[in-house]
Amino acid sequence: MAQMTMIQAITDAMRNELKNNEDVLVFGEDVGQNGGVFRATEGLQKEFGEERVFDTPLAESGIGGLAIGLALTDFRPVMEIQFFGFLFEVMDSVAGQMNRWRYRSGGKQTMPITIRSPFGGGVKTPEMHADSLEGLVAQTPGIKVVIPSTPYDAKGLLISAIRDNDPVVFLEHMKLYRSFRAEVPEEGYTIPLGKADVKREGKDITIVTYGAMVHSSLKAAEELEKEGIDAEVIDLRTISPLDLDTILASVEKTNRAIVVQEAQKQAGIGANVVAEITERAILQLEAPVLRVAAPDTVYPFAAAEDAWLPDYADIVETAKKVVNF
Amino acid sequence: MNVVSTKTIEKVEEQFEAFQILDEQGNIINEAAMPDLSDEQLQELMKRMVYTRIWDQRAISLNRQGRLGFYAPVAGQEASMLGSQFALDKEDWILPGYRDVPQIVWHGLPLYQAFLWSRGHFQGGQIPDGLNIVVPQIIIGAQIIQTAGVALGLKRRGKENIAITYTGDGGASQGDFYEGMNYAGAYNAPAVFIVQNNRFAISVPVEKQSAAKTIAQKAVAAGIEGIQVDGMDVLAVYTATKQARDRALSGEGPTLIETLCYRYGPHTMAGDDPTRYRTSELDDEWAKKDPLVRFRKFLEGKNLWNEEKENEVVEKAKEDIKEAIKKADAAPKQKVTDLISIMFEELPNNLREQMEEYTAKESK
Repeated sequence: MAQMTMIQAITDAMRNELKNNEDVLVFGEDVGQNGGVFRATEGLQKEFGEERVFDTPLAESGIGGLAIGLALTDFRPVMEIQFFGFLFEVMDSVAGQMNRWRYRSGGKQTMPITIRSPFGGGVKTPEMHADSLEGLVAQTPGIKVVIPSTPYDAKGLLISAIRDNDPVVFLEHMKLYRSFRAEVPEEGYTIPLGKADVKREGKDITIVTYGAMVHSSLKAAEELEKEGIDAEVIDLRTISPLDLDTILASVEKTNRAIVVQEAQKQAGIGANVVAEITERAILQLEAPVLRVAAPDTVYPFAAAEDAWLPDYADIVETAKKVVNF
Repeated sequence: MNVVSTKTIEKVEEQFEAFQILDEQGNIINEAAMPDLSDEQLQELMKRMVYTRIWDQRAISLNRQGRLGFYAPVAGQEASMLGSQFALDKEDWILPGYRDVPQIVWHGLPLYQAFLWSRGHFQGGQIPDGLNIVVPQIIIGAQIIQTAGVALGLKRRGKENIAITYTGDGGASQGDFYEGMNYAGAYNAPAVFIVQNNRFAISVPVEKQSAAKTIAQKAVAAGIEGIQVDGMDVLAVYTATKQARDRALSGEGPTLIETLCYRYGPHTMAGDDPTRYRTSELDDEWAKKDPLVRFRKFLEGKNLWNEEKENEVVEKAKEDIKEAIKKADAAPKQKVTDLISIMFEELPNNLREQMEEYTAKESK
C-alpha cells in the first residue's frame, strides 16, 4: 500500500497497463516528454519509450481518428483529451464512430479504446475547461462512462477501462487530482465497471452522486447527522451504465432519495437516475426524488464559480426538503 | 516589393499539372511512365472496369425495383477506383467512403455483403476474417483521420503495408481531411489519400468548395507529396498509386492523390437529379473521356481485347449479381436481439434487461 493522490493513482494505473500489455499506447497533446499538463503521464515516456507514449499534433479530432485506426491494427489506445470541454472537436470520433464500430461491423471489429480527460470546477480554470459534459457521452449507445472520486477507485477503474474491449470515457475531476491522499495498493487490481459504491451507509435518505459531489455529499451527510438525519451516500463511479441494483437496494431501505451532480440541471445524468427510481421503486418512496444541480446557464466565469457550483449546503437543504416532505 | 504576391499561388499551382498516360483515343502519350503490367494484368483491369460498370447499371435498376437500398453510383469513376485498388497488396488496408464499395469488393468483400450493406443489414458489415477493410464511411472526412491511425499502426507493427482512403472533392473541405493528412505527415505514416474529384458534391461545384485551383496542392499544407492525376485514365491512376505506395513503404511519407473524374449518374439514388445542376454539355464532354472507352481502344490496339471477351465479362457480372442478390435475400431478417448482441463484448445491465424484453417479444 502507498499513499497516493488521485493523479498518482491514475499514472500508476497506466504504468501498470503499459507494463502488462504491449499493445497499450498512451497519446495526446503534451503527454510525452512533458508528462501531461497535470503530470498524469509523468515518467511514462521515459520508462516505455516514444513508441508507446507519445505526443500528437494539436487536433482533438485527429487524436480520435488515430485511436480508431490504431485499434483497427489491434492496439489498445489510451488517448487523452486535454480538457473535456474540447470534446466537441472530437465528438464524431467518440459518439459517431468508435462507439458504434463493433455494431456496424456486426461484432467483427472492436474498439478497446480508453479516453481519459480532465473536467470539473472549483479550480478557476479559463473557459471550456471545467464543463461537465458527461451527460452527452452517457447518452451515446456503445460507450461506457466512468467518473472516479478517490485514488483507490481511480486506479482500479482505469485498469478495468483499459482492459475493457469496448470504448470507455474516463473522466477525471481536476479538483480531486491532488486534494487528498489515500491508500492505494501498489499492484494492479480492478474494480468492475458499472458498479456503484456505497461510500457511507445510512438509513434515512439516499444520496446518489458522482465526481467531486461525492465529497460534498459526504460532508453534507456529516451535517445532516448533527440534525439526526442518517444519509446513505452512493458513489455511482460508472454513470453509464447505471448500477441500478445498488441504487434501488438503498432506496428500498431509506424510502427517500436525492441525486446530486455538478452539471447543470438540464445536463448530467441526474434526470436519468430519477426516472429509473421512479419507474422501479415509486411505491417505496415517501417523497419525490429531488435533484441538486447547477443552474442552467453556461459554465460560470471563474470568479463566479463559488456562487454557481452546487455545494454541501445545497445538498443539506435539498435532503432536508425530502426528509420533511 | 509586395510581400504578398499572387505569383506565389501561381508557382504552387504549376507543381500540380494532371498526370496522364493514356489519352482519350487510347494512345500512350507518356511512354516513360508506363507501368510494368503484364498482358493478363491489363486484361484483368479491363475486366474489373467492365464488370463494375455493369454492376453499377444493375445496382441502379435493383435500387429502382426496391431490391437495394442506399446506393451511390460509380459509373465514370472506374479508373479512379479500380486503378488505385489494383496497385495494392492484399493486406493493405482500405478505408472507403460511401461511394467506394467497388474497391472493397475487389479487395475481397463478397458482393452479397455489399448488397446487404446497401439494404441496411448488419451482416453486410461483417468483414471476413483477415480482410483489411472497414465498412464504407458515411461521415465525410472521418475515414481520413482513421487512415492516419491505421497507417501509424501498420508502421508500429513493422508491416510492409499501407492504408489507403478515399473521399470526394467536397470532402476536401472538411477539417478531418486536413487533420488526417497532417497527422500522417507528422508521423511519416504509410498512408495514401485519394480525392476523387468528380467536380460536384451533390449539387455544389468544386469551384464553390475552395479557391484552390487543385485539390492536390492541399498536400502542401500537410507538408506531404501531392499529385493530380487524370482519373479517367486507369494506367495513370494505377501508376500514381503504386508510386505513392512505394514511397510510403520506403519511409518517404504519405501522398495525396487527386483523381479528376466524373460520375455519370446522380449523387445517390435517394432522389438526386443531376439535371438541376449539371449541363448536358458538361455530361457530353466527360462522356468522351470515358475510362472504359479509352482503355478498350488501347487494349484492342494491342490485340488484348475484343467484343467476345467483353461479352463474357458482362454475362459473368450479370450472373454474379443475380447470385449475390439471391444470397442477400436469404439472409435472416434482423431482430432487435441481434442488434443488442453486437453492441458490447459483455452486455451492460440496461441492455441485458432489454435483451430479455425483446427475447420474450420475439418468441411470441
